[in-house]
Amino acid sequence: MKKLFIIGLKDLKLTFRDKAALIMMLLAPFLLTLGLGFVSGRFSSNQGSVISNIPVVIVNQDEGQLGQALVDIFQSRSLAELVTPSVETDPATARQLVDDDQASAAVFIPMGFTQSVIDPKAQADSTTLQIEIYGNPTRPTTAGVIKTIVDEFISRVEVGRVSAEVTVSQLLAGQLIKPQEAMQIAMTIGEQSAATASTNDAISLKTSTNSGAEIQFDVLAYLAPGMALIFLMFTVTNGGRTLLNEKLQGTLPRLQVSPTTSSQILGGKVFGIFLTGLAQMLILIVSSTLFFRLQWGDPLGVLLLVMAAVVAAVGWGLFLTSLVNSPGQVTAFGTAIMLLFSLLGGGFINRQILPGWLKTLGLITPNAWALDGFQTLSLGGGLPDILRPILGLLVMGCVLFAISAFLFTRRGFVKG
Amino acid sequence: MPDILIVNNLVKKFENVVAVKGISFTIKEGEIFSLLGPNGAGKTTTISMLSTLFQPTSGDATIGGHSIIREPMQVRRMIGVVPQDLALYEEMTARENLTFWGQMYGLSGKTLSSRVDEILEQIGLTDRAKHRVKTFSGGMKRRVNIGVGLLHKPNLLFMDEPTVGIDPQSRRAILDSVKDLNKQGMTVLYTTHYMEEAQELSDRVGIVDHGDLIALGTQKELTKQVGEMETLVLHFDESEDVEKLAASIQKLPGIIKADVSDHAIAIIVPEAEEALAPVITRTNELGIKVRSIDIQEPNLEAVFLHLTGRALRN
Repeated sequence: MKKLFIIGLKDLKLTFRDKAALIMMLLAPFLLTLGLGFVSGRFSSNQGSVISNIPVVIVNQDEGQLGQALVDIFQSRSLAELVTPSVETDPATARQLVDDDQASAAVFIPMGFTQSVIDPKAQADSTTLQIEIYGNPTRPTTAGVIKTIVDEFISRVEVGRVSAEVTVSQLLAGQLIKPQEAMQIAMTIGEQSAATASTNDAISLKTSTNSGAEIQFDVLAYLAPGMALIFLMFTVTNGGRTLLNEKLQGTLPRLQVSPTTSSQILGGKVFGIFLTGLAQMLILIVSSTLFFRLQWGDPLGVLLLVMAAVVAAVGWGLFLTSLVNSPGQVTAFGTAIMLLFSLLGGGFINRQILPGWLKTLGLITPNAWALDGFQTLSLGGGLPDILRPILGLLVMGCVLFAISAFLFTRRGFVKG
Repeated sequence: MPDILIVNNLVKKFENVVAVKGISFTIKEGEIFSLLGPNGAGKTTTISMLSTLFQPTSGDATIGGHSIIREPMQVRRMIGVVPQDLALYEEMTARENLTFWGQMYGLSGKTLSSRVDEILEQIGLTDRAKHRVKTFSGGMKRRVNIGVGLLHKPNLLFMDEPTVGIDPQSRRAILDSVKDLNKQGMTVLYTTHYMEEAQELSDRVGIVDHGDLIALGTQKELTKQVGEMETLVLHFDESEDVEKLAASIQKLPGIIKADVSDHAIAIIVPEAEEALAPVITRTNELGIKVRSIDIQEPNLEAVFLHLTGRALRN
């Protein structure tokens, strides 16, 4: 165990003496975050919330309460700073406004939406339940915010619908109502849910911590973790590269003829990559907190999430290294994976606007899980709220470690 | 002295290539034993198996009574390895390198730090201890490379061609240090393709070629194999066709063997001075100009030539 730590600390020391690696690990993500912060206007305002006045067009063709409830939410006081809604009757006009870059997104509430939710007969036709969002591809972040608001609304409506179903089922099972009364009662509960959903404060991007302190949505809280995670992938692939480099420069064979077991050597290398990734993430978090006054959220949650993200990323770094033959190949494939994972995992664009299958595919990336957790924390969430991403990242890391260890053993890197 | 190393019919195959073809030898405690042979003879593969880096295809060896196959950890604790190529962390200082490798051999605390100081003194780099290895000359790096192998005071030191690619001064220092280590009681297995190094250092020499151990013994025992023969070496310019000349010289009376290597013909004869006149005459007849002539006493080069028909550095 002691040798494992010594090897890991040696690798950490060597990485922090490599100027090129330091530029990629620390300077590049810091400068990119800074640049994107300027582009997004984060530094042009004294306020924490720099995404504001998002132009959104709403086309409400629903005659019922739910459609109006969603319009009311967009027009509510709590979202007054964040969105600038306009209501249109013609869908084509709304799409044109988005195409002309005059709106971040258009929201189409279909005719009969409320009825389809409340009337069980209509539920068989699932298309009637869908609210369409027409996003502006040039404004991915703000389009993502609109989608988040709509998702939250639909989620609440769905909760109301299920509640109504369960309530009616229970009443019927207990013979407290007659079957012919079920429809009327379900509609009443649904209408009440709709009324609840339309409450002004029902949906807000301003959240509060447990202590009651107000947390504001900060675009940098999305960008900074995204950039850090992109370059974390560089760090772990670079770490994997050192394993192949050690073989080339003769230090790995020298380690193998010392009284050091193969598992100590591989464990030490993994520990070194983990330490390097962890140090990189923590330095970026501390520096962005100091220089950008960025609120990452619950410190314990951030620390545990970072550790889990690094475990998953190291898993990928090792897996990649176990497949290739030379340090050059690790660099080439590592760069490709870094960019691919950034796209799929939401580092460059909000993954909420990606097609469903791409969103699902994105779950293979540490970026997606970790970003989900970081966003939750920055919006005031605590440790219990990020257990799912932490667990997902740890499972990913463990599976990749196991596969990599098998492949390393098969290739003779690790002697039995 | 008891045998510290017993090698028993060691074989190593790499796919279709047999790199080591069943070699057997022993090394006594306190001995300097050289494996002498040209590049690709199987010296490094042999050391790699003995140091537990490669698993032998068949055969076994024991070091201090421990099998390299069944007890690799015990073997590793007994041996020090100085690899042919530098195996150091260039971004770390000499002291950091020695400290790290010392830790890998289980040294710690004051023992480690005093041992690192001793090694730095021994390799003459105390004043450069805090400098990164990447700033060192080739010779200095070689010295650190050797120092790493000595940290834990091994019973048996493997040195795999430690003088390859360095300046004569550093080479001299390394050869002297090997002799000093041996005087202090360390057993050394030294591989080289330089005949002079094997002659200068070794108590006994094993000559290897194409994975076979073709001769083994003290220098006296080995040179006896070529009798009292001398070697006459003629050197030519690159443009000369010496193959035809060698074949012609071979036919002269009294010539034991004439072999071409590296624009030179090595001729084994009972009396070099007597053979010189007819050889030069034949050379002139073929219109070939001689650049220089060497006459060598019986040595390991002649033994290798005698056994293989090729020069050692071919």
